[in-house]
Amino acid sequence: MKRLPVQRRTLALIAVIVPLLALLVYVALRSGPLAPVAVTVAQVESQSINPALFGIGTVGARYTYMIGPTAAGRVKRVDVHVGDRVSAGQLLAEMDPVDLDDRIRAQKAAIKQTQAAVGEATAKQSFAQIQARRYERLLAKHSTSEEAVAAKHEELQVANAALAAARGDLTRTHADLQALLAQRANLRLVAPVDGIVTQRDAAPGSTFVAGQAVVEMIDPQSLWVDARFDQIQAVGLAAGQPASIVLRSRSGKTFKGEVLRVDPLADAVTEETLAKIRFKHIPQPLPPIGELADVTVALPALPPRPTVPNASLQRIDGKLGVWRVAAGKLEFVPVKVLGSDLDGQVQVEGLKAGERVVVYSQRTLGAHSNISIVDRIPGVSP
Amino acid sequence: MISLAGRDILHTWGKFVFTGIGLGLLIGVTLVMAGVYRGMVDDAMVLLDNSGADLWVVQKDTQGPYAESSSLYDDTWRGIAAMPGVASATDITYLTMQVRATNHGEPRDVRAMVVGIAPDGPGSAGWPPYLVAGRQITRSHYEAVADIASGFKLGDTLQIRRNRYTVVGLTRRMVSSNGDPMVFIPLKDAQQAQFLKDNEAILQQRRRTAENPAFNRPGVPGLLDAVIASQSTNNYVNAVLVRIKPGYTADEVAAPIRRWKRLTVFTRAQMQNILVNKLIATASRQIGMFMVILAIVSAAIVAFIIYTLTMDKIREIAVLKLIGTRNRTIAAMIMQQALALGLIGFAVGKITATFAAPLFPKFVLLMPGDSIAGFFAVMVICALASVVAIRMALKVDPAEAIGG
Repeated sequence: MKRLPVQRRTLALIAVIVPLLALLVYVALRSGPLAPVAVTVAQVESQSINPALFGIGTVGARYTYMIGPTAAGRVKRVDVHVGDRVSAGQLLAEMDPVDLDDRIRAQKAAIKQTQAAVGEATAKQSFAQIQARRYERLLAKHSTSEEAVAAKHEELQVANAALAAARGDLTRTHADLQALLAQRANLRLVAPVDGIVTQRDAAPGSTFVAGQAVVEMIDPQSLWVDARFDQIQAVGLAAGQPASIVLRSRSGKTFKGEVLRVDPLADAVTEETLAKIRFKHIPQPLPPIGELADVTVALPALPPRPTVPNASLQRIDGKLGVWRVAAGKLEFVPVKVLGSDLDGQVQVEGLKAGERVVVYSQRTLGAHSNISIVDRIPGVSP
Repeated sequence: MISLAGRDILHTWGKFVFTGIGLGLLIGVTLVMAGVYRGMVDDAMVLLDNSGADLWVVQKDTQGPYAESSSLYDDTWRGIAAMPGVASATDITYLTMQVRATNHGEPRDVRAMVVGIAPDGPGSAGWPPYLVAGRQITRSHYEAVADIASGFKLGDTLQIRRNRYTVVGLTRRMVSSNGDPMVFIPLKDAQQAQFLKDNEAILQQRRRTAENPAFNRPGVPGLLDAVIASQSTNNYVNAVLVRIKPGYTADEVAAPIRRWKRLTVFTRAQMQNILVNKLIATASRQIGMFMVILAIVSAAIVAFIIYTLTMDKIREIAVLKLIGTRNRTIAAMIMQQALALGLIGFAVGKITATFAAPLFPKFVLLMPGDSIAGFFAVMVICALASVVAIRMALKVDPAEAIGG
């Protein structure tokens, strides 16, 4: 019993030293390069996926009308404001006619003058006709000379010609009036179709050159999204595919649409393919032209094939592949990507359904990495 | 023969163990300090590893994209891709900025390096090589993969300049050379974030242009719009990452790009040199200096502890001498005690360092090599420290055992 205190002390010392050593060994093995890499694995499943393309674009109008004068002039009045709905034929603005109205009045007076001239010529012509007939009868009774009859015939022909000239002049003055009226009408800027005024560039009094737009309007039924898809990801984009559109100002709401056409010209600078997406139903209230929109185009579903998450794809020595786990060992299997969807599922060639592949890993893996398979990588919250 | 040292330790084991633990904490701090330095170097290394590039092509005469700013036209990669020995050339942008998470509760800022990655698919240069949760980016806009150290979670909404991004994947150990977590977003968005001015600036610029009579000519409608459109371009990137074909060396591929494209090209070795020897040189020297001081302080403390432990039992040592114990035995006792103290200290230090390392905001890398070197350093320091105490003990007069 004499040695007991010593033994108790020894025990206490062991109780301190042994856990310390155990902890040291644990620490040395579980941290640093000797520690196994935590990985999660997933089973390769044969399933069909719904690929989709994602692009962004701006809301635009297929038909934009720039309405302006055909000759330089000053704006007299503008009847509409931006946002006004207008119907076909409605007067939008009018250019200042300057002296055109006076010229029309002058032309009308000129017509009256020519009409009077026609009346005068008609009177002269009918008198000449009567004289000619009278002298013909007198000649038949041998009461006048043939020379006198010939003189009367000549007078009749002159009167006929004068009448024709007067009538022609009347037609010309009428045509001149029509021309002036047409020019006058051309100064009235009217809406070619039903639509909405998008821009009003002028206040009354400003001068415009020929071809400059005073008022711009669009046909709201022709709204579309001018979408851009990265060329790498634009595989399979075609007209008629269904699309969903999210406007930047209404991010919670999805609008249905469809691909109207894929533009034959791509953007060479930004490496994007352009496409026009039509709304199924035009959103109300109308989205502003130029608003940013997300477009997701659904492509036809792909038949069932081995599918892995895109997080499992790695590139080793220039080859794309996945880490296959078999009997706790890692093996790099090169794969070929056949298709992918926006949720990160990738159909691949080179794997069989039922095989297990590494999805997430704590660090870069190598063929000789020591792995420990976990449900969730440490540090990732559920 | 009985172990004098063991007996003595058992006699005052509580004091001994607590001294060892105290010493251990000091050693732990030194080890962590070494880990901080290693972590800094490792941050720079993983930055290079994770980019997956063999060559970095940057603006001429800059040391970009990590150490200096560099900007290239975003179609430069096409010319580079056609150079001999180039397997792939990929645009990339890097921008360190405050990223704001907006969806849960208080909006909070995280300093992050925003990386713009070209939409070439997982496994391409610049993409995060592995994830720990979620998925890789599939859309060409408005998705993000974040480093887990940023604290972002799957489904979080991030605000980067004018756009919002959804976190779809998380990765780990993707950091800038400063240790800031990375946030990966699609290249086109990143170009906008980096090169597009804010709305106010754009508006001011338009106004300025509109007031310039050279651009706003009444007779030429459309000229102003064309000028404004040409001003708001953002077709720049910071670097082109190049992977080389098997069978070529990095220098073989780099030389023609330098010569014919008139761009600066860095190989991995050069990039490593820039990052480690230039970017973090001062910071690492600072840490190294601090580590040296800590090691000296630790050595001094070990020496004091051994010295006081010996002084405490100077009377017992005198008795030992009186009964004719050999000097060697006494010296061995003190030396063994010192080494045992070092052993406990090292074990405690290693354990505390390992458990404390993940708590640090920046990465702390504890290398086994450092631990082994640390172990021998502790042993040598303890042995040297005990020499003073041994000299003290051997000089003691046996008469003290009976005197005073």
